[in-house]
Amino acid sequence: MLKALKPIIVKEFRQIRRDPTSLGMLLVLPAVLIIMVGYALNFDVKHIPLVVFDQSGTAESREYLDNFKHSEYFDYAYEVRSYKEIERLFMHGDAKVALVIPPAFGHDLLAGHETHVQILVDGSDANTAGQAVGYATRITVEFSSALILDAFRRAGRTFSQPIEFEPRVWYNPDLVSSKFLVPGLIGFIIMLTGVISTSMTIVRERERGTMDQIMVSPLRPAQVILGKTLPYMAIALVAATLILILGYFLFAIEIKGSLLVLYAGIVMVILGALGQGVLISTITESQQVAFMISVFSSLLPSFLLSGFIFPVASMPVFLQVLSNIAAVKFFLVIVRGVMLKGVGFEAVWPQFVYLTLFAALTLGISVKRFQKRAQ
Amino acid sequence: MNRKDRISHSLHIIRVMIRKELYQIRHDRKMLGVSIVAPVLQVLLLGYAATTDITNSDLVVCDQDCTSESRQFIREFTASGYFIHRYSVNIPAEVDPYIETAQARIALMIPEGFGDDLLAHRTTRVQVVLDGTDANTSTILLNYATQIITSYSQKVLAEYSARIPGGVARVLPEPRIWFNPDLKSANFMVPGVVALVLMLITMTLTSLGIVKEKEIGTMEQLLVTPMKPYQLVIGKLVPFTAIGFLDVIVVLALARFWFGVPMQGSLVVLFSLSALFILTTLGLGLFVSTIARSQQQAMLIAQFFFFMPFMFLSGFAFPIANMPKVIQPFTYLIPLRYFLEIVRAVFLKGAGLAELWPQALALFGLGIAIFSLSVIRFRKTLE
Repeated sequence: MLKALKPIIVKEFRQIRRDPTSLGMLLVLPAVLIIMVGYALNFDVKHIPLVVFDQSGTAESREYLDNFKHSEYFDYAYEVRSYKEIERLFMHGDAKVALVIPPAFGHDLLAGHETHVQILVDGSDANTAGQAVGYATRITVEFSSALILDAFRRAGRTFSQPIEFEPRVWYNPDLVSSKFLVPGLIGFIIMLTGVISTSMTIVRERERGTMDQIMVSPLRPAQVILGKTLPYMAIALVAATLILILGYFLFAIEIKGSLLVLYAGIVMVILGALGQGVLISTITESQQVAFMISVFSSLLPSFLLSGFIFPVASMPVFLQVLSNIAAVKFFLVIVRGVMLKGVGFEAVWPQFVYLTLFAALTLGISVKRFQKRAQ
Repeated sequence: MNRKDRISHSLHIIRVMIRKELYQIRHDRKMLGVSIVAPVLQVLLLGYAATTDITNSDLVVCDQDCTSESRQFIREFTASGYFIHRYSVNIPAEVDPYIETAQARIALMIPEGFGDDLLAHRTTRVQVVLDGTDANTSTILLNYATQIITSYSQKVLAEYSARIPGGVARVLPEPRIWFNPDLKSANFMVPGVVALVLMLITMTLTSLGIVKEKEIGTMEQLLVTPMKPYQLVIGKLVPFTAIGFLDVIVVLALARFWFGVPMQGSLVVLFSLSALFILTTLGLGLFVSTIARSQQQAMLIAQFFFFMPFMFLSGFAFPIANMPKVIQPFTYLIPLRYFLEIVRAVFLKGAGLAELWPQALALFGLGIAIFSLSVIRFRKTLE
């Protein structure tokens, strides 16, 4: 059986070689993306543009504001004299946070009274807004605590902060985003390449009319499918390896666990992706539709539901259930586990089972459908 | 022919082209269905999935003190709504399996003597443990924890200070959230999804629609007719624009009525600015079709050079302000960046042209530039 595959594989490789741009893209662009993802993308909120409406203008208020000037979370950008101006800046999106200091600020502090500061936040970007409120509150509270400790010192008692805490962060102590996103990128790119290229290559034959020629040949449907998809398996493996190498050299992301388990997982998910691609190709006659279905069933879901970017635990329950269909989700558990935590096969065997089932199912159904067509 | 005849003749050819295109679209039921149904499904899916809200994280507590002070402290932690006190253990080591298996996202360890220390005005130390593999969520959770602990610490300090004669100065923060009082991330994400999906559909339809003719060979047939290149382009783009607009209406309705994103601004403004945006995406689709020789290639190019960079760099999910300074200038070239700002501002802030004219101008400029480039290339490739 294997010997019969050879001509198809050779033909497919030749077709791929005739299209060097596509090949280049499949290999080079994952590398570009890794750089982008590793360096550019994180949710940490810093340099939030800040506008200040200081109605007090005293030494005390300036001392308070100094804390914001020196904070890396805020970009002390504007000083205004009215709420209207704050509104204007918010509407234009030039500022996201505003501090409004009441006129009696300095006076109240000197007299030993309590005073308030308004922290206005543009809530349209909920993520940034939530964190901005958090940081601004924290800076204010720390300033306030310092005042209290000062008062104690002057009254002859020394205190320090009542409650101190130390965070202990496992596996990724500096909370570097790239360690989290890069493993996910591997899965993302494999799904994309595997599903889209495969579905389109088969549909293309059909569109061109050459599919009939293949069908009348003595080859069985399973052989046709294998022959057409194996070259893409090779390409996907190369792309994945490339990402691992780059991850190591650029971001010092090591593979703490077993390479064997990692690659076993990669092969399984590629098989599943290829299966998905072939399945899609049996549904439609037009490359346009094949592409759209592939993109919508692989690009967006693997972007969202796999936990690659957005945390699955925060999604509504029905989506969490749905996310179990995305093969990438399970692959990501394997990749993150093996690479970042160094777990072995015993920890991820359920995921392997799922991936195997997924691949078997998609490939199996595809072969059946192919056979039907050949009749 | 005089000028008037030439124009009407030209329009006639364009009309014929449009009719042919519409006929082909109607014939390919699947494509029509996918063009309308797919965006709906996408908006629904993404609208629910794209959330950065991190609430109700499971907390495991190791309270070795078990005094009323430590219990009060734990209550502070959970009162915030960010954490749910799901598990309790007796010794620190027992916390590890919960974090390992991600049963709990965060652990709080309170040492013995916590209450005594507080009462005696001594400093006490608590520990917070997190799994750092999910850096994004963990960073946010750590921020919440820090915020809660610092606030509580200050409250305690203030209580001590009640005994100081003359009173002690304190600064109390009063946060007020504008435009999205409940801080629902859907209000931010769903408009973004609308913009994204629009871009995907219009670019895909255009680039594939034109390349298909090239690939099948019917492009040559079209070219030997007396039709001019620009008539071909207009003839193909008009139906796609129509579908694009249909999609705009559908996804906007979804955002407003299904997801309940408040529409503070004017629909007219939104529609006209959508038109500008569609101009840019159609232009990009056209551009891709001039580079690609096959539909597969067109799709790969569209995907890797446009969709993915746009998704990541346009401010859709990741704030542009966080990106390295060297990358930020490039984001000014991304049409989606401006359209995202527009959609979000119109929905949530009720912004109009008075506030959004810079973005509108940018879209217009980009649209003209992209279109001109594409048409020039298109003509060249025909030779």
